[in-house]
Amino acid sequence: MLTQLTHDIATVSRRRWLAATAGLVLGLAAFSNAKAQETIKVGVLHSLSGTMAISETTLKDTVLFLIDEQNKKGGVLGKKLEAVVVDPASNWPLFAEKARELITKDKVSVVFGCWTSVSRKSVLPVFKELNSILFYPVQYEGEESERNVFYTGAAPNQQAIPAVDYLMKDEKVKRWVLAGTDYVYPRTTNKILEAYLKSKGVKQEDIMINYTPFGHSDWQTIVADIKKFGSAGKKTAVVSTINGDANVPFYKELGNQGIKATDIPVVAFSVGEEELAGIDTKPLLGHLAAWNYFQSIKDPANEKFIKAWQAYTKNPKRVTNDPMEAHVIGFEMWVKAVEKVKSTDPDKVIDALPGIEAKNLTGGTSKMLPNHHITKPVFIGEIKANGQFDVVWKTPGLVAGDAWSKELEGSKDLIGDWVGKKCGNYNTKTNKCGGQGS
Amino acid sequence: MSANFLDRLRAVLLAILLTTAFAVPALAGPFEDAVAKFANDDFSDTDEAIGAVAASGNPLAFPIISALQEGRLSADPETKKVFVTGADGKIIDAATGAAVDKLPDNAAAVRLNNRLRRAVEAAVGSLTLLSPDPAKRIAAAQSVFKSHEESALPVIDGALAKETNKAVKAAFAEARAAILLYKPDATEVEKLEAVAIVKAKGDQEAMALLTGLSNDVPPNVARAAASAIASIQSNLATWSMVQNAWYGLSLGSVLLLAAIGLAITFGVMGVINMAHGEMVMLGAYTTFVVQEVIRTSYPGLFDYSLLIAVPLAFLVAGAVGVLIERGIIRFLYGRPLETLLATWGLSLVLQQAVRTMFGPTNREVGNPSWMSGAFELGQITITYNRLWILCFTLAVFVILLAMLRYTALGLEMRAVTQNRRMAASMGIATSRVDALTFGLGSGIAGIAGVALSQIDNVSPNLGQSYIIDSFMVVVFGGVGNLWGTLVGAFTLGIANKFLEPVAGAVLGKIAILVLIILFIQKRPRGLFALKGRAVEA
Repeated sequence: MLTQLTHDIATVSRRRWLAATAGLVLGLAAFSNAKAQETIKVGVLHSLSGTMAISETTLKDTVLFLIDEQNKKGGVLGKKLEAVVVDPASNWPLFAEKARELITKDKVSVVFGCWTSVSRKSVLPVFKELNSILFYPVQYEGEESERNVFYTGAAPNQQAIPAVDYLMKDEKVKRWVLAGTDYVYPRTTNKILEAYLKSKGVKQEDIMINYTPFGHSDWQTIVADIKKFGSAGKKTAVVSTINGDANVPFYKELGNQGIKATDIPVVAFSVGEEELAGIDTKPLLGHLAAWNYFQSIKDPANEKFIKAWQAYTKNPKRVTNDPMEAHVIGFEMWVKAVEKVKSTDPDKVIDALPGIEAKNLTGGTSKMLPNHHITKPVFIGEIKANGQFDVVWKTPGLVAGDAWSKELEGSKDLIGDWVGKKCGNYNTKTNKCGGQGS
Repeated sequence: MSANFLDRLRAVLLAILLTTAFAVPALAGPFEDAVAKFANDDFSDTDEAIGAVAASGNPLAFPIISALQEGRLSADPETKKVFVTGADGKIIDAATGAAVDKLPDNAAAVRLNNRLRRAVEAAVGSLTLLSPDPAKRIAAAQSVFKSHEESALPVIDGALAKETNKAVKAAFAEARAAILLYKPDATEVEKLEAVAIVKAKGDQEAMALLTGLSNDVPPNVARAAASAIASIQSNLATWSMVQNAWYGLSLGSVLLLAAIGLAITFGVMGVINMAHGEMVMLGAYTTFVVQEVIRTSYPGLFDYSLLIAVPLAFLVAGAVGVLIERGIIRFLYGRPLETLLATWGLSLVLQQAVRTMFGPTNREVGNPSWMSGAFELGQITITYNRLWILCFTLAVFVILLAMLRYTALGLEMRAVTQNRRMAASMGIATSRVDALTFGLGSGIAGIAGVALSQIDNVSPNLGQSYIIDSFMVVVFGGVGNLWGTLVGAFTLGIANKFLEPVAGAVLGKIAILVLIILFIQKRPRGLFALKGRAVEA
């Protein structure tokens, strides 16, 4: 009764509040429209409040930083870039509203934004309908290739699969715990991983899958279960797709129950330098993370970037992370594409982007592929006592991102090809566009 | 001529001197060669170096390996020299033991990965089996038990014969049994004895050891091992019930801690306070600020940081509570919907204020040493932080109960909440009591924040994750009754933890919610309903 009441009132108040903010933003947008005519507008669609603010605020700062740097170099096509920042407040439907506002009201040429897959799914129809461009910087579950979206984060074959390979070969892991937060990214990734492990001869009884709600904070039972699962005489590892805030109590519980990386290593796909900044990392020594970038990687481009970033944020301890690098690459690719076609017209830029190359921060050159994913190196890092990662393994070269997983029945015949086939889900068996993913 | 001869002699001598000086490293023994491999920054070279150094018998072996384990071993990649920085800050050359003034500029700590860390642990184990400290000998025996390296057997046998300490002796016997189980040429009798010893150990490690046994052992041994596994399993199943109960108590204590302040503001005063979670958050941020000040100015006091934070968090959250009551809530008494909306808005304001001040990312709140780690009780692991939080929660509960019962303020609070007009007629300044009661509830929420900062994220969203649970506990336990809150919190905690292994965390939570809704249908006033005329008012 009370819960119902609370809920009703919460919805009402949220709506009212939304209306107010929307009004405010509209007013501001109108003002800025009148002020500056000769700029190219870049939309920034990252949550600055709510649950995801913890991760997305940094990305907003990153785009502002990149725009600032580009303007110092004289902008693009002789015009200055101008950022339009909106706050979708970790509210998925609001992402779609804000995206529409950016494209129709502010007339932005490109949008950098979104973190969770559900927010990306929420804005997809808007970008398709209004034909604009979205750069999505976060590692995700794949099974998607859209004409209007460019995926600069890792697909599962650029993060999850290499990490599992490393554990299998180097750590001789025979038993697997797949632990994740209960939403689309962990569920799809775990489905892919389960299929992959089984194809490598791992038996059903050696795989334990566990899901927890967002923001789960009491990990005692699950950590005890992992400990029990790991005492079957076979080397065990945890593959964690636990996302967001829940990681801190999870790692604290691991440390407190004395699970060391030498006994049961945990490899995480959503824990980076930012997330570790909130934890005492000494008990976590040796646990792993798989990313396409680490702050600790020694490369002149990376060192230069870190220095400039820390100077820009006026914080000498400010860390960098993988999704930030994805924005760096995506931003450079967009600038190059715009300069190539000498226009910000979405259709021209979308056609120009595949094939564009941009230096990444780890010494390689990433390339935009016809399926709108990019090539990236994969690194496995171990957590060090200072909250940074020590790279213990990396792929020999760059890995091309697969939009459709080769491990899943429903998607293994599909490819995304926006250059030759003009299709995001082309079925190579039936030679038809419009095959369905799982 | 003589001068010429002398010159030549000097040159020859110099040449000899130089060659010997440069030849020394090349002619060095296997120990020095092994040590130099640490400088290659290659994991397989480091692995070889660990094995060679540990087996060398050189007195420097232990300092080198333990320095490696603690990240105090550094190497200069150019000169291939390796240095040990002692725990006391003194630096020695690892190959010779000679003292060095300072590390070269480009010396970097020798890197390890998990495989090497295991090798280092095993090496430390075999090197400390004869340590004079019994605790170290036990730890060494345990790491030998885990690695069951055959090479450690002679040392274990020797150590076992000399050992007088009973606990250490048992640990040695277990380590020896583990080695024998995995030794291909051990006799069947030896192996059967080993199975019995490992079975008596009876924990998860023992089970891991037995299940990992390969199939080519004699059939008798395999049978004994299988029955040992079965008996350990049934033993562990009983313990896992105890463990669930403990986890339930611990979750219950967290729920109680979060809800106890709300039991005052919502339960006793009837204010639907949606900003309650933000009071908890303020308490957690107070802890963070206290720790920051201590870290920068008085590092020695770190272990007392929580003790200092508790009264401060109470004051900060309490003061904010009084402000809220005076500024907003007192105009809204008797209008629950407006109160709900106003406090909900307030909670957003507070969250955003904290986000602006401290940033959106998590803040690190450290665990003092007495709250880190765990101890074993039978076959379950009890973590210190959970144990302390349970004690702390009960202490807060008792103090609050005593305050309401035995102090003048407590009496006034009860009087005002039971019958406001009569209390006013008796000369109680009701508005002052309202402010203080709300402040008390908020202050206790602040104290909860200090404890919760030890197990959860300190982020602006901290409060949100507790507000629903807190309301659930208070409504379930019975509005207006502290004992109801206590029983409600522990019931929900234990029920949750017994459901979780069966249904999973997500379904478990849903099941609890459904059960509470059904329960409230049956008993709308919760477990311990207040009786009498006061309720109707």
